[in-house]
Order: sequence, then C-alpha cells, then structure tokens
Amino acid sequence: MARMKFLCDAERCIECNGCVTACKQEHDVPWGVNRRRVVTINDGVPGERSISVACMHCSDAPCMAVCPVDCFYRTEEGVVLHDKDLCIGCGYCFYACPFGAPQFPQQGAFGVRGKMDKCTFCAGGPEKDGSPEEFAKYGRNRLSEGKLPACAEMCSTKALLGGDGDVISEIYRNRVTLRAARGTTSGGGVPWGWDSAYGRPQVTAAGTAPGTAPAPAPAAPGGKS
Amino acid sequence: MKLYALVVLAGALLLGIAGCSERSQVVNYKQGTYQGKPDTPPYAGPPYNGDRAAWERAMAVRAQGQNEYKRTK
Repeated sequence: MARMKFLCDAERCIECNGCVTACKQEHDVPWGVNRRRVVTINDGVPGERSISVACMHCSDAPCMAVCPVDCFYRTEEGVVLHDKDLCIGCGYCFYACPFGAPQFPQQGAFGVRGKMDKCTFCAGGPEKDGSPEEFAKYGRNRLSEGKLPACAEMCSTKALLGGDGDVISEIYRNRVTLRAARGTTSGGGVPWGWDSAYGRPQVTAAGTAPGTAPAPAPAAPGGKS
Repeated sequence: MKLYALVVLAGALLLGIAGCSERSQVVNYKQGTYQGKPDTPPYAGPPYNGDRAAWERAMAVRAQGQNEYKRTK
C-alpha cells in the first residue's frame, strides 16, 4: 500500500462545508476546534476557487520536526498522529505547520491552551482501536473499521478524495481527462464551475480513450457559470 | 534475643533506606524519536484480525466509492 493522502479538487469544491460538518460530527470535536476547514480564494468573484484543508499528513512533517517532546509518529500507512498524553500544548507545531492544521482547545477566561488536536485521517491514536478512550482523545477510528475518512466519504461533489494515494490520484486523473473533453462553456471564455468540474459518465461507459474527445455537451441548466 | 533484635533493627534500617529512594518519573528521552505509547496498525483488531491484505483490499474497494464514473452507468 502506498501512503494515505487527501486530494481536493478545487474545480468541484462548492464550499458547502459538508466535510467540516462530517468531521465535527464523526469525532465529536469540541467548539473552537476545526480539524478541517474550507478556504475560498476570490470569494464571490467569478472564477473563485474553494479547497478543503486539514492535516496533509506530510511525508516530512514539520510538526514532527519541531515537537519538543516528540509526541508525533507516522504510521506505516503514512498517517501522522500524536500522543495526547505526551503533548504539552506548547503550540510549536501550530507555528511550524504551513496549513494551520494543529488546533488547540481554548478553555477558561484566559484562553488556556490545551492538548493539541488535529485531523487523524480517521485513524484514531495510540489507544486500543475502537475503545472509548481512543474516541475521547482522538475521535473515531474508521480506518480500523475498513472505512475511509468521513470528510471525503461525505463530500457531496466528490471534490475531496481520501485514501491510498495511488488509488485516489488515479480517480482524479481519470476525472480530469474526461472533463477536459468537455472543455467549453455555454457563454464562452475559460471553463469554470460546472463546465469544468464534470465530465459525462457515458464517455466512461463507452470506453473512449483519452484524447479522442467527444463533442462538447451544453452546460447543465442552472449551472454556476 | 540479642541476635533477633539486631535482625529486626537491620530490617527496619533497610526499609527506612528504601523509603528514601527515588524512582525516576521522567521520560527516558531520546532526541528525535517518538516518545509516546505504541500504536497498533488499523488491521490488527477485528474484523481483520491482523490480515493486512484483506484490509488493503477492503480499502481499495471502498476508495472506488469516491469514483462516480464507476458508480454511474
């Protein structure tokens, strides 16, 4: 198996925050902690792009490098996890992370920083798999149940893909090839929104090879562009 | 009787010394290595019971649920 990865298709993300909600619900994440969030560039302007961001489970994770108590570890599936019993809540990992993934619960009038919390790729942590202790500290362990992260599986447009890097990159490659065949907009100009986000399923069913592009289909009524 | 008193006294001294001993309560720190509790792989417990290949197959099948080109006909 290759490494577990997330891949967000900015053409498809509609900023619905379904992934954020799914994550919070699945792991009973407290208020003020967002393991995942949606970032939008040029919000409200035609051509805007949204992307769902959480821990990227880096191959050479800066949080691991800077942690003064070495509470981080990487599983053989490439998921970066940490031991909350060891974490001292110093916040170095937050400063080191380019994605702002580490989160700290703020409790009390003076905003005392608690143990770090972050996306676990729904892989739990160093407690017995599926135990109440694991759920309380790290959330649900879906990987041990043979499931993929809740955010990716709940994504309505399948913008967010999660799983084995080789598998999801193949899904994405196939998708990009098919939608490139569509390649035009109803109003002309650069394809954006629904025009660029979706290919036609019948192209796959017919087994059309990439490069033999079918005639462009008209944009769906009510499309974004 | 005198010997018995000596043995009791020696035992009491030993116990007293043991009470003064100090056990290390800090982590035996090794720079750059994970210091926390060990974790088990996701396929260790039920339903896979250590069968890594079965788990990987299940994950591969599950991942295809994200491929709408395979879900729609």
